Amino acid sequence: MANALSKKRSSFFEPVINFFQGFHKRFVDGSIGTKLSHFILGAGNLYHKQFVKGFIYLALQIVFVLYMVLCPEVNGTPFGYKSLGNLITLGTEEGGTTIVGGRPVQIPTDNSVLMLLFGIVTLGIIAVYLIAWISNIKSSALADLAIEQGKKPSTIVEDIKSLLDDRFHVLMLTPTLIACLVFTIIPTIFMISMAFTSYNELDMKIEGTRLFNWNGFDNFVYMFSGGNTLGEEIKNRFIPVLIWTMIWAVFATFTCYFGGIILAILINKKGVKGKKIFRTVFIMTIALPTFISLLAVRNLLNANGPVNAWLMNMGITDKPISFLQLEPFDNSPMIARIMVIIINMWVGIPYTMLMTSGILMNIPEDLYEAATVDGASKMKMFFKITLPYIIFVTTPYLIGSFVGNINSFNIIFLLTGGGPAIPNSKFSAGQTDLLVTWLYKLTITDKQYNTGAVVGILTFIITSTLTLFTYRRSKAYNEEDTFQ
Amino acid sequence: MMTETSKKPTLGLKAKKRIGVISTYVVLTILSIIWIIPILWIILHSFREEYNASGDFVGIVVSHYFPKSYGVENYRLLFTASYYGVQNAFIKWWTNTLIVAVFCCLISTFLVLSVGYCMSKLRFKMRKPFMNLSMVLGLFPGFMSMVAIYYLLKAIGLTQNLFGLILAYSAGAGMGFQVPKGFFDVIPSSLVESAKLDGCSNFKIFIRIILPLSKPIIIYQLLMAFTGPWMDFIFAKVIMGDMNPDKWTVSVGLYSLLFGPQADTSLFSQFAAGCVCVGVPIVLLFMFLQKYYVEGVTAGAVKG
Repeated sequence: MANALSKKRSSFFEPVINFFQGFHKRFVDGSIGTKLSHFILGAGNLYHKQFVKGFIYLALQIVFVLYMVLCPEVNGTPFGYKSLGNLITLGTEEGGTTIVGGRPVQIPTDNSVLMLLFGIVTLGIIAVYLIAWISNIKSSALADLAIEQGKKPSTIVEDIKSLLDDRFHVLMLTPTLIACLVFTIIPTIFMISMAFTSYNELDMKIEGTRLFNWNGFDNFVYMFSGGNTLGEEIKNRFIPVLIWTMIWAVFATFTCYFGGIILAILINKKGVKGKKIFRTVFIMTIALPTFISLLAVRNLLNANGPVNAWLMNMGITDKPISFLQLEPFDNSPMIARIMVIIINMWVGIPYTMLMTSGILMNIPEDLYEAATVDGASKMKMFFKITLPYIIFVTTPYLIGSFVGNINSFNIIFLLTGGGPAIPNSKFSAGQTDLLVTWLYKLTITDKQYNTGAVVGILTFIITSTLTLFTYRRSKAYNEEDTFQ
Repeated sequence: MMTETSKKPTLGLKAKKRIGVISTYVVLTILSIIWIIPILWIILHSFREEYNASGDFVGIVVSHYFPKSYGVENYRLLFTASYYGVQNAFIKWWTNTLIVAVFCCLISTFLVLSVGYCMSKLRFKMRKPFMNLSMVLGLFPGFMSMVAIYYLLKAIGLTQNLFGLILAYSAGAGMGFQVPKGFFDVIPSSLVESAKLDGCSNFKIFIRIILPLSKPIIIYQLLMAFTGPWMDFIFAKVIMGDMNPDKWTVSVGLYSLLFGPQADTSLFSQFAAGCVCVGVPIVLLFMFLQKYYVEGVTAGAVKG
């Protein structure tokens, strides 16, 4: 046991140790060019007469140094080295007017949001620079190696060729990685860090400040014990929203999943003609943008809408039913909750149907033939062959759609807007709000950025534990190469 | 005697089968009707031209499913009216969305195919870490980053700008590589290896061998990326949300007819007309490319 553990640890640290050993080796054993390239980017390449590469690295360094030293300002907030200091303080200047030499002078307020953002952007730029720095040293060391082996350092033409062949992945993945850094990683880090600040417009107004600051894990504590201006309310809302999110995710996933399988089996049943027409009807609903179909359903179920008129004409009810509890509500939120799950089936079933149709056709026919010979009934064949096969193949999809449903925004936002609201609530989490719609309301409507970020992080923790545990153990992930 | 008794159950079995088929038809027809009701309703009411007793045009939701009289007044209003102070607002929103969709579709498809190819057919050190990274990032709720993207684009002056929206939509595309990867995985590796023995570079293999074999998945990706901006609602709302209505996409615009500072319940029938103008091209596109769509969905499902 202990042995296995130490083995695992060494395999974890091995790359790290190798990384630093590589550095040491390159610096000590490298040529003058390689040694110099630790301080001046491109020096090694220039030393080896790889001019194009060398100048590109050098230009990168010049741009980086200029950026760090000159600190370009946007909206009065600096980038560069100043942004790193600002990242720590998040602003100190409240702003206002002071009298200098008898004349009032406007002092601009520090913008904490931009300071936080620019600080993180600068960290990202530094990270990219470090990658360029390492690749510059490695490239010089590679040229050293070529000379040592009696070859010439690679020319720019050879470099481009290698970029199209054995280093093709570098060329192909770089755009995505940069896009991902700018539009996913930096924004996500920015929002995560908000959870550790006092960025909360309600609190800031009460305290009369336009700045916010780091406050550690306070927001997480408030979430479970109450304490800031939101008081007990945030604590009282979190658990119910979480429970409803889970109930919703379970029902939404399984109703659509089994509904879709049943629909696919019905459509693909032998002897049913016009399969194409039926399938087209259901694909039509997938193709329709959800904001159209959901707003249509919402208006269809309106108190003055046709559905209520039908029900009243048929004498089922004598006054309009507020299905989505949008009008001043008379019933419990239960009806709205049931309705969103049912309407979600309308949206989700066609998609599962489409997916399982393809899988149904792939089930080996001889399985059924063998079963028929053995005298198995249709029912038995369904439960012993069809269903297990579909479930086996679609397990990753099932997990994915469960996580997707936890984060399902459109359905709730467009149908109920999270309502019905809770009476006398200071902020707007309603009875059908999921964690994500609540997160949206906290940040966009209530401007409780730090609390919103805490909700986001908790959602992430829930979804990631669920996924990692199930997905990483699945065969599809671990044995992906065996299929090829 | 033996033959007689054995004949009878076969007849019964046939009848049973027939009843089964007929009941399947009944169930499927009922389900189809349920699925069509809201769609048909929107289409019907986009052509509704009713006037109340005092001669005013009726635009609100009414309690009868089938309109009492039909006409194209809603479309006339939709194309000529100014909403949120923008002249010919709907046409403007529609073209905005088209521009965004065209660019998105080209950029996203390029990104996602290149990542899919690398992940499927190339083996390199950062492959597994990259896959794990994409999975972890995919687990964060999209809204977490949305607000930050808004600030980021604002800082570089790209909010309220279609270019910013194009960037924001296409940037994440590469992370959706599972579907093309699933598709490329099925292309036999022996094909790639024999090409390599003939001295083909990875670039050539991608262009000359993989891409020509991947027409279904290319079309699937183009379709998905093209329809994305028409379907997305919340991302555009946050990024273009400031009062700058001439830069809105159709979904934000149509939503704002019913909800928002200048919303009006009597705009419902014009909203319906707008939905038809958005929905019909998209649905037709899907119908036309149905084969490829189904293939893509299946490829994505099996591989997760």
